[in-house]
Amino acid sequence: MTPGAATNGRIDVTAERQSDLLRFATAGSVDDGKSTLIGRLLYETKQIFEDQLEHVEETSRKRGDSYVNLALLTDGLRAEREQGITIDVAYRYFATPRRKFIIADTPGHEQYTRNMVTGASTADLAIVLIDARKGVVEQSRRHAFIASLLRVPHVVFAINKMDLVDYDEAVFERIDEEVSGWANKLDFTDVTFIPVSALHGDNVVERSERMPWYEGPSLLYHLEHVHIGSDRNLIDARLPVQWVIRPMSDAHHDYRGYAGQIASGVFRPGDEIVVQPSGRQTRIRRIEVEGGTEIEEALPPLSVTLLLEDQVDVSRGDMICRAHNHPVPTRELDAMVCWMSDTPLQSRGRYALKHTTRNARAIVDDLRYRIDVNTLHRDEAATELGLNQIGRVALRTSTPLLVDEYRRNRTTGSFILIDEATNDTAGGGMIVGAEPSASELGDGVA
Amino acid sequence: MASVNYEISHLRALEAEAIHIMREVAAELENPVLLFSGGKDSLVLLQLALKAFRPGRFPFPIMHVDTGHNFPEVIEFRDRLVGQLGERLIVASVQDSIDAGRVKEETGPRASRNRLQTTPLLDAIEEHGFDAAFGGARRDEERARAKERVFSFRDDFGQWDPKAQRPELWSLYNGRVRKGEHVRVFPISNWTELDVWQYIAEEQLELPPIYFAHRREVFRRDGMLYAVSPFVELMAGEEAFETSVRYRTVGDMSCTGAVESTAGTLESVVNEIAATRITERGETRADDRVTEAAMEDRKREGYF
Ligand SMILES: Nc1nc2c(ncn2[C@@H]2O[C@H](COP(=O)(O)OP(=O)(O)O)[C@@H](O)[C@H]2O)c(=O)[nH]1
Repeated sequence: MTPGAATNGRIDVTAERQSDLLRFATAGSVDDGKSTLIGRLLYETKQIFEDQLEHVEETSRKRGDSYVNLALLTDGLRAEREQGITIDVAYRYFATPRRKFIIADTPGHEQYTRNMVTGASTADLAIVLIDARKGVVEQSRRHAFIASLLRVPHVVFAINKMDLVDYDEAVFERIDEEVSGWANKLDFTDVTFIPVSALHGDNVVERSERMPWYEGPSLLYHLEHVHIGSDRNLIDARLPVQWVIRPMSDAHHDYRGYAGQIASGVFRPGDEIVVQPSGRQTRIRRIEVEGGTEIEEALPPLSVTLLLEDQVDVSRGDMICRAHNHPVPTRELDAMVCWMSDTPLQSRGRYALKHTTRNARAIVDDLRYRIDVNTLHRDEAATELGLNQIGRVALRTSTPLLVDEYRRNRTTGSFILIDEATNDTAGGGMIVGAEPSASELGDGVA
Repeated sequence: MASVNYEISHLRALEAEAIHIMREVAAELENPVLLFSGGKDSLVLLQLALKAFRPGRFPFPIMHVDTGHNFPEVIEFRDRLVGQLGERLIVASVQDSIDAGRVKEETGPRASRNRLQTTPLLDAIEEHGFDAAFGGARRDEERARAKERVFSFRDDFGQWDPKAQRPELWSLYNGRVRKGEHVRVFPISNWTELDVWQYIAEEQLELPPIYFAHRREVFRRDGMLYAVSPFVELMAGEEAFETSVRYRTVGDMSCTGAVESTAGTLESVVNEIAATRITERGETRADDRVTEAAMEDRKREGYF
């Protein structure tokens, strides 16, 4: 295998090493080559089955394409087939012996900011495609902005169609410089530039001989090796209680298990914990998974059950934290909100709000500004947020929430707003400011 | 704790996500049900439910939509398993819907009861007032599913509208429904067929015997192998013969194809799957082959 080339091939099920999971979102303007790139990744990692390939060959023939159009592999619903475009987030899967990958394939239209926000919300990494001939366009900035807003830890700018610019280093350098210039302001933690040709496969799986000047890894190699283990917050222990297990059977008469998915931090038996918002303190007696098996350490994203030393009153919506590091309950939120509904968000608007496992009602106190996702200009005179618009919003909630800043905690820092008339999910929010959490120095403050 | 390396394998991450989803449904919906086919995906769902709710009972019953054309091995397996679990089983029967005149039996050699399942399913959902139904569908199965949400909203008629799906952000699921509406919930949306098999191997789950190679009387149709049974008529030129087969999915006997195989153990099955070049549905489900958009159409109508 050439250095920098990815481990191509199907999973060896008998392999000793366990693979981990990387979720990534792809964004690009229409025709930048996103579908072709994804099709190529799937094809080269041998995820494409014969019947799917036959289907694509046949469709390509029918359409009169002169080559097998790999982009058709990721083509979804009928309406889209008719229009020839992708209009909703689609999820794709592939795996190499090192990793399993979940792709949130998000369409790049202006109208579909909400799709990229959705895809980016769970992504470890975002690939922003840029057409080498066109260079940075308005949409590239928008995609980069959304990736940074959603705090996707790793961003790759894939400069595509290098074949159409003669694999010219100067073109790549120019785009790299331009993007780096404004991306600096976007507060990324890890940015990578890779020149590719999705159509011909250069630097997608293998490093391309046609771009000897490029010394970095192929795209797939990067996806396989990028270190995501430390992206998780392992400091602030947070378990939003989802479900209380109380069998009330003879065998488990006094059993009370507090079940949920670890949002962040690490819990161990013996840890002193506090249950918020009641503030009651006790210790962890036992941590269980699989309805009985004991484990010594619970860390994100595991779903576990905690058993506590004392009988304290705990119910869904409460949060189990460490005694000296926990959010203070607050009813005032300052958040960036991405709007996803046809009915605009307005000042004084009321919504249902879901944050971790807690439901509340929220009222919009103030729309501070609306942000132009292309220029990052702040419009403070804005009076509403329409579909696909993003703004800074002050909210007040009916009951206290246990929030952290989104930049510190993607799980306890995010919420959704629901239109109570239609039950639709109308917006997604990321908490910018909240009451400072009650961390004490020396106890897990990064 | 600077340099601790806490790696979580992809299967553990997928498992944790699925358990989280099941607990959300149990907590936020009034009256969920778990749809169980006896197939490997629904067995994985049961295992996940055990992990999510034991030592408590499941906060929902299990429901099987019985076409009446099942593999007898699967029914026997179902009854034994549910008995062991001590959970409640509801059987919604296609035969009852036919007898009640709610659906009409297809006729001819290509008749199948697969499509007919939609009516008894929706009837049972209405009769029991279920507002959430867990299913074992995966997004990798078929293209129409790739865009379906984990919480997939269904209107009063059980219909799915791919154009009006609720955005799904982070792990915040919106399961709000009005009376008469429900959500289909797919906890293993993000699993691939291989993930399912690897999980079954890791967890040592028992499967119905038809998943392993066995001798069976079959015939060939449209390039696929079907079991000879009282539920299918052979057409001119089709001949029954006996060979060693196994199944990749479990469905109606009349439309679930077998693959020739001698893989008799889980390990050898998983190895065969890993080397396969044809998708699960393309290989063994006649019902999806009829038209290109077959699956999408059935989903809109309220199929699984
Ligand atoms: N020459 C060249 N053409 C490409 C490349 N990648 C994509 N294309 C072509 O650009 C067009 C748009 O690609 P597609 O993948 O459908 O773009 P999408 O709209 O971003 O999904 C198609 O005609 C592709 O064949 C590339 O690397 N080089």
